[in-house]
Amino acid sequence: MHWFGPEEWQAISLSLKVSLWASLLTLPVGIFTAYALARWEFPGKQLVNGLVHLPLILPPVVTGYLLLLTFGTQGVFGGFLQQFGIVLAFRWSGAALAAAIMGFPLMVRAIRLSIESVDPKLEEAAATLGANRFWSFATVTLPLILPGVIAGTILAFAKAMGEFGATITFVSNIPGQTQTLPSAIYAFLQVPGGESAALRLVLISVVIAMSALILSELLARRTSKRIGGG
Amino acid sequence: MLSVTFRQQFTVVALDVSFEAPTGITVLFGGSGSGKTTVVNTVAGLMRPKAGRVTLNDRVLFDHEQSVWVPPQGRRIGYIFQEGRLFPHLTVRQNLLFGRWFAPKTAPREDLDQIVAMLGIAPLMARRPGDLSGGEKQRVAIGRALLSSPDLILADEPLAALDTARKEEILPYFERLRDQVKIPVLYVSHSAAEVARLATSVVVLKDGKVQRQGSATEVLGDASVMPTGVRAAGALLNARLKRHHADGLSELDAGGLSLFLPQVHQAPGSLLRIRILAHDVILSRQKPEGLSALNILPGEVEAIRGGDGPGAMVSVKTDAGRILARITRRSVGTLQLAPGVTCYAVVKSVAIARSDVSGAAAAHP
Repeated sequence: MHWFGPEEWQAISLSLKVSLWASLLTLPVGIFTAYALARWEFPGKQLVNGLVHLPLILPPVVTGYLLLLTFGTQGVFGGFLQQFGIVLAFRWSGAALAAAIMGFPLMVRAIRLSIESVDPKLEEAAATLGANRFWSFATVTLPLILPGVIAGTILAFAKAMGEFGATITFVSNIPGQTQTLPSAIYAFLQVPGGESAALRLVLISVVIAMSALILSELLARRTSKRIGGG
Repeated sequence: MLSVTFRQQFTVVALDVSFEAPTGITVLFGGSGSGKTTVVNTVAGLMRPKAGRVTLNDRVLFDHEQSVWVPPQGRRIGYIFQEGRLFPHLTVRQNLLFGRWFAPKTAPREDLDQIVAMLGIAPLMARRPGDLSGGEKQRVAIGRALLSSPDLILADEPLAALDTARKEEILPYFERLRDQVKIPVLYVSHSAAEVARLATSVVVLKDGKVQRQGSATEVLGDASVMPTGVRAAGALLNARLKRHHADGLSELDAGGLSLFLPQVHQAPGSLLRIRILAHDVILSRQKPEGLSALNILPGEVEAIRGGDGPGAMVSVKTDAGRILARITRRSVGTLQLAPGVTCYAVVKSVAIARSDVSGAAAAHP
């Protein structure tokens, strides 16, 4: 693959790694949050809902700065995690955290909508057949919301691939460490003669995004066919 | 044996209910708003009332005073919902076996093949609920409830969403359920025909209270209850098929009296239950002569109940069982009918529709 330089390769593989971790690690939390928001009534529900959506409406730079304040080595959680040798700031894992938080609202929205479209009476029926809450979710609700789960995960993945503001604020732009595709494109555009490298990266971004979208369409179509549409 | 007692205050109705459901089908009968669905949901554990107690055989499922509450998944109650509630992503076979995954390994297992044969759903096993008709869905729902090894079956108006033809298709399966499965069934209904055909015993709910409970023949033959309303009121008789006659009539034996019905498609010797609608019965003080009606049953007036209108409901005790007759109050006066008076109940053979005759093991203990 001679048409990419080593720095470009690093950006591509780092972006894929960061986005995969970001979308897959948030998936269980995303499903749980979406389920709680769709099905349970609890005090502070609106507050939780607001917090989940906050990254969607805050300037990404603000989110990145808040992450630096809390998860930086001087921050509350950052200092705590450092005792166990876990450092997030200025590392690829920090980039994954930033991407995860930015993609979280999109994931929760997609999954919540699909949970709301499943009749809760089916869960009651599962309960009368002996399934406890966990099993009725795992055997009835989860298979029925699978298209929504897939859509939510791909959305979060795509958002992670494109995340720039929060990432660059929280983990900076270190080639090979924290330089994701968008940061690399930005960096190439800052130096004279970098346009052609930037363009190549732009093209690869488009290809990855389109592939993700097509894949999610195919998966969603296959699962909804299996469900049989009611 | 299911035993239920509970109270619950709602904005429109205050429920205060106490009844027992033995083996066989107990029909919980009442109009809309009488609290039927609340009762079954309480038994199933989908609803927790403020006070009361529910026991099934020797298990306490709910006892407010002792803070006992068994969640629905621990109750081992098969629930047949009005809308079926089959799992759309599973095949019929997977739906049927769903409850088996969770049933205790020690629970007695109903045989899958036997249930499938009883419900006639063998050709559907590989299909998904989306491809089934309403009647087929409901048959699968019955099978799914049975195969979860339940100690009790609940059925909440399982036929209400079906048209008349589909109802006729499902009713025989509930008759088999009643006659072949030795667990109690609590069946919610507001249809007089369903009560008459299926019920072993009846609990009549009205405005959140139990108005009357007892065996089907007792409750439906009681002129003072008439849970089905005047127009659909009718007593139940148990009879044994004696022989088929060449002219298309079937002769039945009911307590030593002969009854003639349009041909019944059953073998001689089989037990039948017959509903005789009250407005199809004529009363006479003398034994009628030269009358076309074939069924003339001697008896004694037991009770007369008159309303505000011109009609009166007379219950007559005969050797065949209790018969309800709906006649005018004028006739009550003309015939000088009163409790204790002997009379004859006259029923035309052709007045008894085929849907009023069904196979019966209703007399089983």
